[in-house]
Amino acid sequence: MILGGPEAPGVFDADQGSTPALRAHRVVPQPRVERTDSAMPATPAPKYMTEGEAGLCAAFGLGALLCLVASAKAADPAFGLHAGLFALAAIAAIVAILRRYAARDPEPIPQEIGGKPNYNLGPIKFAAIAAMGWGIAGFLVGCIIAFQLWAPSLNLGLEYTTFGRLRPLHTSAVIFAFGGNVLIATSLYVVQRTCRARLAGDLAPWFVVLGYNLFIVIAGTGYLMGVTQSKEYAEPEWYADLWLTVVWVVYLLVFLATIAKRREPHIFVANWFYLAFIVTIAMLHVVNNLSIPVTVFGSKSYPIFSGVQDALVQWWYGHNAVGFFLTAGFLAIMYYFIPKRAERPIYSYRLSIIHFWALIFMYIWAGPHHLHYTALPDWAQTLGMTFSIMLWMPSWGGMINGLMTLSGAWDKLRTDPILRLMVVSLAFYGMATFEGPMMSIKAVNALSHYTDWTIGHVHSGALGWVAYVSFGALYCLVPWLWNRREVYSLRLVEWHFWVSTLGIVLYITSMWVAGIMQGLMWRAYNSFGFLEYSFVETVEAMQPYYLVRALGGVLFLIGALIMAYNLAMTILGREAGERSPATGAALVPAE
Amino acid sequence: MTDLKSSAPAATGPETTGHEWDGIAEYNNPLPRWWLYSLYATIVWAFGYWIAFPAWPLVSDHTRGLLGYSSRASVLADVAATKAARAALGQEKLATADLTAIEADPTLLPLALATGKAAFGDNCAACHGTAATGRTGYPNLQDDDWLWGGSLDAIAQTIRVGIRSGHADTRAGEMPAFGRDGILKRDEVETVANYVLSLSGKAFAPSLSLEKGAALFAQNCAACHGEQAKGNPEMGASSLADAVWLYGSAPQEVVATIQGGRKGVMPTWEGRLDAATINSLAVYVHGLGGGK
Repeated sequence: MILGGPEAPGVFDADQGSTPALRAHRVVPQPRVERTDSAMPATPAPKYMTEGEAGLCAAFGLGALLCLVASAKAADPAFGLHAGLFALAAIAAIVAILRRYAARDPEPIPQEIGGKPNYNLGPIKFAAIAAMGWGIAGFLVGCIIAFQLWAPSLNLGLEYTTFGRLRPLHTSAVIFAFGGNVLIATSLYVVQRTCRARLAGDLAPWFVVLGYNLFIVIAGTGYLMGVTQSKEYAEPEWYADLWLTVVWVVYLLVFLATIAKRREPHIFVANWFYLAFIVTIAMLHVVNNLSIPVTVFGSKSYPIFSGVQDALVQWWYGHNAVGFFLTAGFLAIMYYFIPKRAERPIYSYRLSIIHFWALIFMYIWAGPHHLHYTALPDWAQTLGMTFSIMLWMPSWGGMINGLMTLSGAWDKLRTDPILRLMVVSLAFYGMATFEGPMMSIKAVNALSHYTDWTIGHVHSGALGWVAYVSFGALYCLVPWLWNRREVYSLRLVEWHFWVSTLGIVLYITSMWVAGIMQGLMWRAYNSFGFLEYSFVETVEAMQPYYLVRALGGVLFLIGALIMAYNLAMTILGREAGERSPATGAALVPAE
Repeated sequence: MTDLKSSAPAATGPETTGHEWDGIAEYNNPLPRWWLYSLYATIVWAFGYWIAFPAWPLVSDHTRGLLGYSSRASVLADVAATKAARAALGQEKLATADLTAIEADPTLLPLALATGKAAFGDNCAACHGTAATGRTGYPNLQDDDWLWGGSLDAIAQTIRVGIRSGHADTRAGEMPAFGRDGILKRDEVETVANYVLSLSGKAFAPSLSLEKGAALFAQNCAACHGEQAKGNPEMGASSLADAVWLYGSAPQEVVATIQGGRKGVMPTWEGRLDAATINSLAVYVHGLGGGK
C-alpha cells in the first residue's frame, strides 16, 4: 500500500553532513515488530481496544445517526447531500478503525525503535498526495475561470460552471486544499523531526488529515451547488465551519502535545511559525464565521455581524488568512526546508525571533486596508494602512533569513532546481511583501483597489511564493517519506521550474498592465466631472490581457502536471537513469 | 548590502547558537543594520501619520489628527465643487430648455454632450455598442438612418417611451410573421424577398419573378414600408431601398425576417433617467448621426 501503515518500517536518519550525492535521508532499516499470530507461543497477549478507538467509534456512530436524521429532514437538497456525505464518512471511519484494530498488534505502537523516534508518516503521506491532487484541480479551475473572463460564454450557460461558483472553488482549492494539505503535511513532519518525538496521538493525526480533506469536499461541492455565505475566503456554510473547527482544534492539540513531549531543549523556529498559524487561524475562523442558521436542517445561515462591522471582521479575517495561513505557515516551511536542502545553518537566530514577534504583532492590525475609502471610519483605515507599512520589514526578515542562509552555498542554485524553486519563492515573497504595503497606502490604493492589479499582486504571492515554496517542500518531502534517494528526475524539476516561471511572469505582468490601465480608466474624469470611460469600455480594454493571463495560468498548470508525474514516479520507486545535475562531474561548486 | 558579503562558510564564520534540530543549526548573526533602521523608519513614519490624521479610537470619539482630515468631508467638498461647476454652465436648463436651443447654446452644448456621453456609456452601450455603431438587431446610431426619426425631438421621444417597452405611449410597429402565420406561402416569401433585395441591386434568384414579387410587395408590404419601399418613421417601418439592414441583407436573413417577423425591444428610460439626462442623451445621439 502506497501510504504504508501509520508505523512505517524503518527509521529515518538525517544525513546533514554527507556529500550532495548522499544528501537524501539515509534509512536505517529496522526489523518490524513481530506479529503475535506468527512466531509467538500459543498464548497470544490479550488485545483490547484503546479508549481512543472505542470512543471514536462511538462518536462516529452517533454522528452517523444524527447526520442520517438531518439528511432525511433536510430543508434543501444540498444540505441533505452533505449530511449524507458526513454520515458515509463517519461509517467509513468506523470501518477503517475496526479494520485497523483487527490487523494491529496488541501492544501500542512503539514511540521509539532502537532508541530512535518511530516517526508517524502515514497521515503525512496522505496529505502530501492530497496536496498535489488538489493543487492540480485548483490550478485547472483557475485556468477555466481565467478563460471565462476572456470569453464569458465559456461558462456554458450552466449554473454549476458560472464564474460566481467556480471562483470560490478555485480560491478554496488552491489556498485551503492545496496550501492547507501542504501545511498539514509539512507541519506534522517538521514537528516530529525537530522535536525528535513521534507525533502525539494514535488516531488523532489521521482524524486531522482525513477530517480536513472531508471539509474540503463539503466546501467544494457546496460551492458548485450554490451553497455559500458570501464571505470571501470563508464561503463554506455553518455546518462545514463547525466541522472544520473540530478538526482544527484536534490539529492544534496534536501539534502542542508533540511539542510538549519533545526530546530537544528548545522549540525550533519553524514550530513557532506553525503554532502561530494554527492558533491564529482558529481564532479568525471562529470569529468570522459566527452566524445563525435559518434552520439546523438547512444550509443557509446569516452572520451575526452586519454592515461595516461585518466588513471589518471579514477583512480582519481575510487579511490575516493571508498573514497567518499564507505567510506564517509557509515561512515555517521555509525555515526547515531551505536550511535542510542547502545544508547550511539558518542565517540569524536573532533576526528570526525579532521578525517573528514583529510579524505576529503587526499583521493582525492590517485588515482595514482592504476597506480604504469605504464606510469604515477614517481612524480604522489609518491604523490598517500604517500597520501595513510597519509590516514591511518584519515580512522581509523572513526573506533575508532564507536568502542569507544560502551564503556559502549559492553555487547550489545552479545545480539544484529544487533549492532554486525555494529561493525564487523567497524573491517573489520579498516582492509581494513590498508591493502589499505599497498598495495599502491610501493614495496608491485609490488607483489599485478593485482593479486586476490586486489579482496580479495576490498571484505573485500565491504562485511565486506559496506555490513555489510548497513545490520545493514537496520535492524534498516525497523522497524522504517514501525512502527514495532523490526525486525521480531533476531534469523534470528544471522543466517545471522554467515553464511555471514563464507562466508567473506572463500572469503578473499582464495583470499589472491591465490593472493599472483599468484603474486609470476608472478614475479619468472630463472637465465637467463626468467619467471619461464607461464601465463597458474598461472591460473591452482588459480583454487581451485576460487572454495573456489565462495562457500564463495554463503554463503554471502544465508545470504542476510535470511535477505530479515526477512525484508519482518517485513514489513508485522509478529512477530516470539520468545523470543528476546535482552530482554531475563537470560541475565544480564555486567557492 | 554589505551583509551579503559578511557571511562566510561555517568553519570561519559567525558562531551558532549551539542548538541543532534535525541537523539544522542557527547562526547568531546580528540583525542587519539596514533592516533594523528601515523598521525604525516605518515606525517613526507611522507615529507621524497618527499625529496628522484620524488614528486611534477613544471611548466615544477618536483622535482627529492635526490636519483635520475627513474622507467624508473630502468627498462632499468634491461633489459640491462639481455641482457648482455644472450649475455655472446652466445645468438646470438641460431639463427644461428646448432641445434645439440647447444645441445652439455654446456653453450648454458641451455640458449636454458630456452628460449624454456618460449616460450613453452606462445605459445604451451594452446594446448599441460603445461607439454607437450597433450590431445585428440593435440599430447603428451613427449612420443617419432612423426607424423612428432622427430629429432631436424624435430621438428624445424614442428614449423616453422606448419601443415595445410596456410604456403607455411606447413606440410599436408591427412587422408580421408573414410566413409563419400563413399570410404568404414559402415560395411567395422567397419571391418577395428577392424583389425587396432587387431594390438595392441584390436580387439573388433569377428564377423568381420580380413582377410577381412587386405585386406581393404592393399587397402586403407597401402599407407600412411605402410604395417606393423608402420606409415610414411614423410606424417604425424601415427603408428597404438602401444599404442599411438591421437584421442582415443576406437572402436567408431577409427571408427569415419576412417568414417570422421582427419585434425588437428598446426599454423606456422615463423614470429611470431624469429629464436632463434624457435630453442630454438626445442631443448626444443626435450629434452622432442625427438629422433626418
